[in-house]
Formats: sequence, C-alpha cells, structure tokens
Amino acid sequence: MSESRLDLLTRFPWLKEAIKSRLWQPAAMLLTLSFFVLVILTGLLGTPAGSRNFGIIFVWIVWWAVLIIVLIPFFGRLWCAVCPIPGPGEWLQRRGIISRVPGKLRSLGWRWPRPLRNIWLQNAGFLMMAMFSTIILTRPLLTGWLLLGFLLLSVLFSILFQNRVFCRYVCPVGGFIGLYSLLSPLELRVKDVAVCREHKTKDCLVGTSCSYGCPWLVYPGTLKRNAYCGLCAECVRACPKDNIGLNLRPFGSDLLVDKERRMDEAFKAFIMLSCSLLYSVVLLGPWGWLKALANMETVSGWALYATGFLVVNLLVVPGLFWLTTVLARHLSGLHASVHRLFVDHAYGLVPLGLAGWIAFSLSFIFVNGSYVIPVLSDPFGWGWDLIGTSRVAWTPLALGFLPALQVITLLVGLVFSITTLYRIAQQHSSAFAGHALVSSGDRAWWATLPTAGFATGVTLLFLWIFLG
Amino acid sequence: MRKRLLTLLPPALVALGVLFVPLDMFAATPVTRQFTVQASQFAFDPPTLRVNRGDRVVITLEATDVVHGLYLDEYDVNVRVEPGLSKQIEFVAEKTGKFRYRCSVSCGSLHPFMIGELVVMPNDAFARAVGLTLVAALAALVYLSRFPPGEA
Repeated sequence: MSESRLDLLTRFPWLKEAIKSRLWQPAAMLLTLSFFVLVILTGLLGTPAGSRNFGIIFVWIVWWAVLIIVLIPFFGRLWCAVCPIPGPGEWLQRRGIISRVPGKLRSLGWRWPRPLRNIWLQNAGFLMMAMFSTIILTRPLLTGWLLLGFLLLSVLFSILFQNRVFCRYVCPVGGFIGLYSLLSPLELRVKDVAVCREHKTKDCLVGTSCSYGCPWLVYPGTLKRNAYCGLCAECVRACPKDNIGLNLRPFGSDLLVDKERRMDEAFKAFIMLSCSLLYSVVLLGPWGWLKALANMETVSGWALYATGFLVVNLLVVPGLFWLTTVLARHLSGLHASVHRLFVDHAYGLVPLGLAGWIAFSLSFIFVNGSYVIPVLSDPFGWGWDLIGTSRVAWTPLALGFLPALQVITLLVGLVFSITTLYRIAQQHSSAFAGHALVSSGDRAWWATLPTAGFATGVTLLFLWIFLG
Repeated sequence: MRKRLLTLLPPALVALGVLFVPLDMFAATPVTRQFTVQASQFAFDPPTLRVNRGDRVVITLEATDVVHGLYLDEYDVNVRVEPGLSKQIEFVAEKTGKFRYRCSVSCGSLHPFMIGELVVMPNDAFARAVGLTLVAALAALVYLSRFPPGEA
C-alpha cells in the first residue's frame, strides 16, 4: 500500500514502553469491569425507570456515544482491548491477570467449526438484539440480564475454546466494531513482511515467556485489515524483531484492501446502515403506533414489526443495492460479476453507515445526556444522593446546534462513501483498461454513478427523518 | 492544485447560495392555529403539527392515562398535565424548521422516546440540507472524474 504511515511506536518511545507493559490492558479491563458489574447490579436490582437507572444511562447513552462517536472512528477496535466481557474468561484461561503465566492456555481446546469462521453468527446476533432493542434500551432488568448473559457466555466459550473465540466469532457488538474499524486511522501492522516470512518461530502466534499468542487468532505477518485485530498489542510484546508498528494512516485505508472482501461483511454493512435508519425512524420519529409495535405491546404486533425489520435489513436495502450494482455494471461495462461488484461496493457504504449512527447518537446525547448527572448520585434509583446531584432535572442541551451537526456528519459520510465507491470501482476498471474503449477512469465513474445515487438517497432519507 | 481549487469553486459558490438564499419569499399571512394534543403512553396525538412562521400557535394539552409533560425544543415551552385535566400553551412560531416536542415527565419505559413534531414552514433547514447534499454529491462526482485518486 502506497499511502503514508506514521509509526507511533517509533515516533513516541514512551508509548512503545507503555504498550509493551503487561499492565495497561488488565488495568483498563478491571476498570471497565467494575463499571460493568455496577451496570449489571443496577439493571437487576435498581429502579425499573430507565431514565433513573445507572445501567441504562451508562450503557445506552454514555458508553454507546463514546464508542460510536469517538472510539470506533478514531481508534478502531480499541474498545475490544479494554472490554470487560472477555476479561474473566481470558483470565481463567491464562490462570492470571497481569503476568504471563507459564504453560498453555487452560481450556478444553475445542476447535471453532469451520463453517462458522465468519461473521454471519455476529450478523444474526446483532439483528436479534436490534429487533428487541426498543425494550432492551428501556428496561434495566433486560439490559442487566443481557449483559450478564454475555459475560457468562464469554466465560463458557473461554472454557470450551482457546483464546477469544467469543469476541472473534460471536459477540454481536464486536462484529460491527470490526467492520467500522476499517475506517479508523490507527492500525497495528508489521513493519517489514519479509522479516516475518523468514522468522520461523512465529512468536506473535504462539507466544513467548513474557507474552501470549494473538488472542484473536490473527497472524500479524499477513494482517492487512483492522477487522479482526483487537489492538491488545500482545504481538508487540511477543515480537523479538521489533517488527510491529502502531501506525497512524489515512481514514478508511482498509476499505480499499480488495483481496479480503466477503459477503458476510458486506451484509454487516447493509445491516448496520438499515438499522441506523430504522432506529432513527422508530425511536426519534413521532409515530406512536410504530413504537407500540416495537415495544412488544402485543405479540402479533411485535411479530409484524420484527418481520418488517428483517425484510428491510435482509431484503429491501441489499436488494436495492443489488439493482444498483446491476445498473453500475451495465453503465460501466465492467467485466466483474454482479456478485463481486455487490460485495465490493458494499464496503463503500461503511462511511455513510457510521455517519448515520453518529447522527442518530448525537440526538441521544444532546437530548438525554443530562440524565447522567442524577444517576451518578443515585445509581439504583433508590432515593440515594451520594454526591448531591440526584435532583438535577432533565435538561436537553444545545439543541440549536444538533441539526447542523447531524447534517455535517452525514455530508462527510456521504462524500467519503462516494470517494470510496469510486476507488473500489477503479480497482475493477483498472483490470480492463488495456482492452477498453473508454478509459479506466470513465469506467469507474460510470460504475460509481448509481452507487453514489444510492448513497445520496440514503442520506436524503436520514435528513428527512431528522429535519424534514 | 490551482486546477483542483477551480474545479471546487463553482460547487462551493452554489453551496453558499444554498446556505444563504432567502427562502421565505412566499410566506403566508400569519394566523392563529389551534390544536388539541392528547398525550398517552408513549405518543402524542396528532404526532405532527404544521404551522407557518409567524402563526400564533395555541395547543391544548390533555393527558389520557398518566401524568405527562410537553417540552418543545428551542421554544422554551415546558408544561405538565395531570390525567383528565388540560393545559393551554400559546406561543408565536418565530423559528422555522422541525422541532420535536417531548414528554418531560417520566411516564414509563418508553418515556425518552415519546416524541411529537412541530414543523414551522418554510422548513429552511431541511431545504438547505437537501440542497447541500445534492451539491456535495455532484461536486464529489465531478471532482473524481477530473482528478481520479491515484492518477497524477
């Protein structure tokens, strides 16, 4: 890849020392785990009023906002490095928390089934959660059970399988973080591939006396994308050749890695885009009947809602994009199959999808952010007043700026998507440049026209929901 | 670099036009508009109120089940109503655009999402946002056709 990279570990030696330390990750995980335990406890034992419950406010407003607006766009999978959910299971496998305990990981050592070595399970898990999201987001008890369930499931997977199989193949949140981390300007990569090729012991995979092998089952020597790198830096600690860098790079570089694009990830892009639209319609729209369906007020009503939800996610949005790629192929004369164009161009929607989520999440923070102050003083909603702020009233903040911020976010996402779609089309058109009647640039432009139209249409839909 | 800037200049000028061109040339004569809004878990009925800039808006708010409130974004309106009673709200719709009104009294699980909409026409913000989106998309396509990434 010709794009410039700045290795932060070479530029800032103190950062290298900090990252190589075995302390930072468990320390951060213990901190997030303490919040996580409080979230579960407040969810299970606290008030059922979501707006007065620490669990609801801190998970679905604070954590979500920090994750989607800051961590994913700028730091990729950094959350996965400090996420509390795999902590207890991983520490059980390792029989320790900080130091490298000698010997192999303790687990039954089952192998994850080959047909499931993709993110289809994560796609299904996310869709399942999303269908129930209106009730999960508003019922502390459900949030508490759900998170406790994740924790227990992660421990179970750590007992059955080695390393972070749960994070890599099961966690529904990890699935979309992986996809959107392709956008992030931060990457862990080897500095010189030849060094890895000649290095026979592969310490980054199997571990050393002071480090574990990659918990994400990734071989850094061939790593080209962020999708499955958990940024735990275990490979940095392991590499005896000092051949791993933490690079600053242009946003979205991984979206242009053409050899590893897959249908499961393409569908993740569609699901995330569709869900951000649907969440905006259901939760921010004025349609009470739709909220009633999503709120499971009747089983038949919810079944109708769930069916519609799945149809939009799995048929309508991908179907419309399929037609768009058929048109793109027809207009441009590209020789690649529609299937290939469909999968590849889906990655062009990743920036717009993330922009949609950010725009949606901004509404949450501006409107409901003030709930944070009282729940800090009374996390269970039991009438406590620990820091004297439990009676601070709900106050929406700076709503005058909200539409402008949403529009700017969506426009940045749209232009980024169109540029990415064009560059993906360029990759297809360059293969045929020698034989074409038109230049490869023209082919790419004509291939981009319909997909850019699709992205523009989606942006206008967002604008209609937020401002129209 | 000069060629690139020149390519971006026309869309930038159009974008400025979209942002600042006056859109209230056909403004309607202000009138008084009366609405009765019923609040019940977790919706307002009617869900959307449409008025014109300058209209005097009179809303009679009724709660049909539990205590509800009505907070209108950017209009400094916040009232509370008990079931079986009504409250009247009056204001002049001076700001244009879409403003959400929200329940301001915790009324149950979906309380944070109990939302209605007041649309004050002309909805400049939406029209300008649509215009900017189309300009941005077209500008991106024109720019990419003239200066394809990766080509000198």
